[in-house]
Amino acid sequence: MTQSFRLKDVGLIDRNKKLSFKFNGKKYYGYEGDSLASALIANGVHLIGRSFKYHRPRGFFGAGVDEPYAIVQLYRNGETEPNIKATEQELFDGLEATSVNCWPSVNFDIGAVNNFLRIFLPAGFYYKTFMWPKSFWFKIYEPFIRKAAGLGTVSIKHDKERYEHKYEYCDLLIAGSGPSGLASAYAAAKNGARVILAEDKSRFGGTLLTSEVNIGNKSGKEWADGIISELKEMPNVTVKNRSQVFGYYDHNMLVMSERVSDHLPETKEFHPKQRLWYIRAKEVLISSGSIERPIVFGNNDTPGVMLSSAAKEYMKVYGVLVGKNPLIFTNNDSGYETAIEFKKNGINPLILDTRSNPKSEIINEARDLDIKIKYSYVVVAAQGYKKVKSADIAKISDDKEQLGNIENVKCDCICVSGYWTPTIHLASQSGNKTKFNEEIDAFVPGISKQNEKTLGAANGIYTLEETLKDSFEVGHEVSKKITNNENKVSFPNVVEKKSSIHDKFWCVPLPKGKNYKRFLDFQNDVAVSDIEIALREGYRSIEHVKRYTTLGMATDQGKTSNLNGLQLVSKIENKVVPAVGHTTFRPPYTPVSIGAIVGREVGKHSKPTRKSPMHSWHEKNNAVFVDAGVWLRPRYYKRGNEDLFAASKREAKNVRTNVGVCDVTTLGKIDIKGPDAAELLNRVYTNAWSKLPVGKARYGVMLREDGIVMDDGTTTRISENHYHMTTTTAQAANVLSHLEYYLQLVWPELNVNVVSSTEQWAGAAIAGPKSRNLLQKLFPNSDVSNEGLPFMGYMEGDLFGVKARIFRISFSGELAYEVNVESNNGNFMWEKIIEVGEQFEIQPYGTEALSTLRIEMGHVAGSELDGRTIPYDNSLEGLLSKKKDFIGKRSLIREAFTAEDRQKVVGVVPLDKKTSIPEGSHLVKDSKAPSPNPKLGYISASCWSVEYDNPFSLAILKDGKNMIGEKLFVMSPLKNKIIPVEIVSSHYVDPKGERVRS
Amino acid sequence: MLHIKCPHCGMRSQNEFSYGGDASVKRPELGKDISDQDWNNFVYNRKSLRGKHWELWQHLAGCRQWIKVERDTGSHEIFKTLKAEEEIS
Ligand SMILES: [Zn+2]
Repeated sequence: MTQSFRLKDVGLIDRNKKLSFKFNGKKYYGYEGDSLASALIANGVHLIGRSFKYHRPRGFFGAGVDEPYAIVQLYRNGETEPNIKATEQELFDGLEATSVNCWPSVNFDIGAVNNFLRIFLPAGFYYKTFMWPKSFWFKIYEPFIRKAAGLGTVSIKHDKERYEHKYEYCDLLIAGSGPSGLASAYAAAKNGARVILAEDKSRFGGTLLTSEVNIGNKSGKEWADGIISELKEMPNVTVKNRSQVFGYYDHNMLVMSERVSDHLPETKEFHPKQRLWYIRAKEVLISSGSIERPIVFGNNDTPGVMLSSAAKEYMKVYGVLVGKNPLIFTNNDSGYETAIEFKKNGINPLILDTRSNPKSEIINEARDLDIKIKYSYVVVAAQGYKKVKSADIAKISDDKEQLGNIENVKCDCICVSGYWTPTIHLASQSGNKTKFNEEIDAFVPGISKQNEKTLGAANGIYTLEETLKDSFEVGHEVSKKITNNENKVSFPNVVEKKSSIHDKFWCVPLPKGKNYKRFLDFQNDVAVSDIEIALREGYRSIEHVKRYTTLGMATDQGKTSNLNGLQLVSKIENKVVPAVGHTTFRPPYTPVSIGAIVGREVGKHSKPTRKSPMHSWHEKNNAVFVDAGVWLRPRYYKRGNEDLFAASKREAKNVRTNVGVCDVTTLGKIDIKGPDAAELLNRVYTNAWSKLPVGKARYGVMLREDGIVMDDGTTTRISENHYHMTTTTAQAANVLSHLEYYLQLVWPELNVNVVSSTEQWAGAAIAGPKSRNLLQKLFPNSDVSNEGLPFMGYMEGDLFGVKARIFRISFSGELAYEVNVESNNGNFMWEKIIEVGEQFEIQPYGTEALSTLRIEMGHVAGSELDGRTIPYDNSLEGLLSKKKDFIGKRSLIREAFTAEDRQKVVGVVPLDKKTSIPEGSHLVKDSKAPSPNPKLGYISASCWSVEYDNPFSLAILKDGKNMIGEKLFVMSPLKNKIIPVEIVSSHYVDPKGERVRS
Repeated sequence: MLHIKCPHCGMRSQNEFSYGGDASVKRPELGKDISDQDWNNFVYNRKSLRGKHWELWQHLAGCRQWIKVERDTGSHEIFKTLKAEEEIS
């Protein structure tokens, strides 16, 4: 294929680097420096997709971020990505892209029938059309919409690319590297401020790349290049291209997405694909420029109708002609600049100017170049289906209401300029109260809420000299506030052509008898008639009109449609535009990859993983791990072909008959010191702590102020004013914050310090009838007899030269101990226990066996202390002190908490002693009762009792106290199970608790 | 993301803090009789106001101190921050 629309020797592309690419399966060539859009246009490709609603043919409308049409599905290095703007995607060798929203192909599209049936698809059609009959939804509407609509396909593969997040602080963030961005950055940087200058495109300079101006005797581009290379050398400046500042959040936090590798065929090793920057800036300068505004006319969505500034950019930056027989339709001088550029490249354009007698330097230049100009002329409608072939034009009356005779002129593109709309998105996101500027017919930033200022065209200043003057000044002043320096840069001499004022004309009336679609929103297919319908149907607020018609709700967020939409509403409503107001701008300014938002926090990296010091031993010994919060804990140790059930049964059984060892490092540990430590415990726990002697441990329950159980655990008095508190694994962090809250805010008079020591201690629970024998061997110099170390006793010991803490506490209900050593000795301790324990047939046990042991003993844990239960529910009412007050006590006398039939923990056994009971099942009286069957309680935890060799569960049951011996049904609709059960005591094994004291 | 001045550490990002609710709530004294209504007000009832609000934050991933922050719940403007022991003025 030849690039028949490529100009010779014009543009900023590198003609020595030819790149091949594919679009819809067909191979083309372009050059390094091309965008996908410019390369396609160079090859004469103008049909790129179909519109969202009517499936009308779509070409290119812009050349950058404002592009509403040219959205493609991109294929790069084995991955695919939807919603890529061809105007923003830089060309690389081997790029592949396809059209979206067309089926079966871009040239023959079934959905285009919608175009001919469009009477059925007016405003609000989403709300109206697919409402009834209901049965049609799944069978007909949804599959049809899914197949026919959409803007691409999301990959369901794991994205192997890497995305990074970066946090940055600076004095000044400048968004946009056009004239105002460069000038303000330069002035601020020279004055010592730490500056970040961000440019969305690959090239710096903004409009300086395409405008005919002279700054300090250099062309605009040369001046921009000079400033950029100087800024890049400065240590206090970060200059970033391909970086879009897309969100302005609270307290001057801005987020920017940097497309690090998207312009390359594949990401370099150790590089991310994209990087998301969280930037906290002391001051923000918004130099985001302006976007050309369309003029609305018939069939203005036909491929070949585009913004005049885009046509100019394709010529000047990419050396590409958007057409060879162009028609320029303008209401201001910008169209003339494009026409002059065509003329310079040997093309003869025709200008239609809506103004009757404009006069300016630029117009004179066009005349001198013999460019044909028709004044008081408008395009009534574009003709052609897949590409503009001609235009119906007409003279328009001075009041812009009456059209003259329709003439048809041949053309292959229509370049439209309806003046300029400042890009106020960032300012608006920051909370800036925007105001309407009558002179330019658009909203500009008004009163700042945060530390931001908008410069240049984004602020409605459209002359270069004024823009530069203001930007140098502001850059200096803002930096001076921060650095207190006074280094001023000199202001360069500026030469630019003067413009005449624009015509506020924006919408061509329909000729008599014609019913052309006149589009406002090109991506969502919202036409003038849709807005008219919405207003006729009573929608008034612009926010409602937007949602009803979907105006401005597409992925381009109405960058080219907002203002014309407002003008239309204000005209119909006979209001001024500021009275209509604009809809809220919300981040992101442009679509952001989900990958960039997620960053590195994917899968296992979505949260940190905590491992105990014995982790590698567990790994080596076939542990199968389970997530316990952020911890990894051995669930069971696999032997041979054992499954979870067999292994956990074996492990639990061994604890009941011999001795087992379990890694309990994950338990939360809090070190408590100070003369008022006992008083603190008295207040946070429900039971009394003042009389606990040194060397003793006690079980305690703590409540929230609303009386709900918060956590439980044992606390040991290590010395006079020193306690060691343990919490459950899950609540460790919350309990520490809870204690800090009361100590710092509620009872600051208490002289106590608390600090987490979870990481400092490794813990091993040794449980089983032979555990004392083992302990004796481990600590031969300590008296660990029942008298020397009674139940709930504590002592320090010497474990083969390592200092250890020995607690006689039990979670399994067996005779048991817990040994703690400093973390770095954890593995040594563990290996010693295993080594010495061999003679007692020791086996390590995991969380599954641990659960089994505690469930059949009736020890409540996380599944019962689930944030919905009070002490009574868990049969912990014996631990409620009557003598003292404690956190949450006052709540316990509330009516519901003292009800006679209050729920309580019970044991549940299936009548057949065989069927396992699913956790979460409901308990009901009558399994055949009609729905909704009254629920009496729920199964909180289930196990296979190793003591009795049958299933056993714990349940929280209404009036549980009086239900022992009752026969009920367990129902699990999820597992499709109905199981007859008997309610028994929750203490299924050793109800008197003799073993722990033996 | 808010930028909060911890009175102990200086300006820090919101993600180092956790929110702790209305700072003007005073816990009833231990051991004192209190009506159901007063207790309910303490445990449950909070104003959900738009505007200036004294609230508690804990500098969780920093100095772990609970602090008092005067913030506008509508605009997120932060006017003042105080240490736990400092009285709201
Ligand atoms: Zn702090």
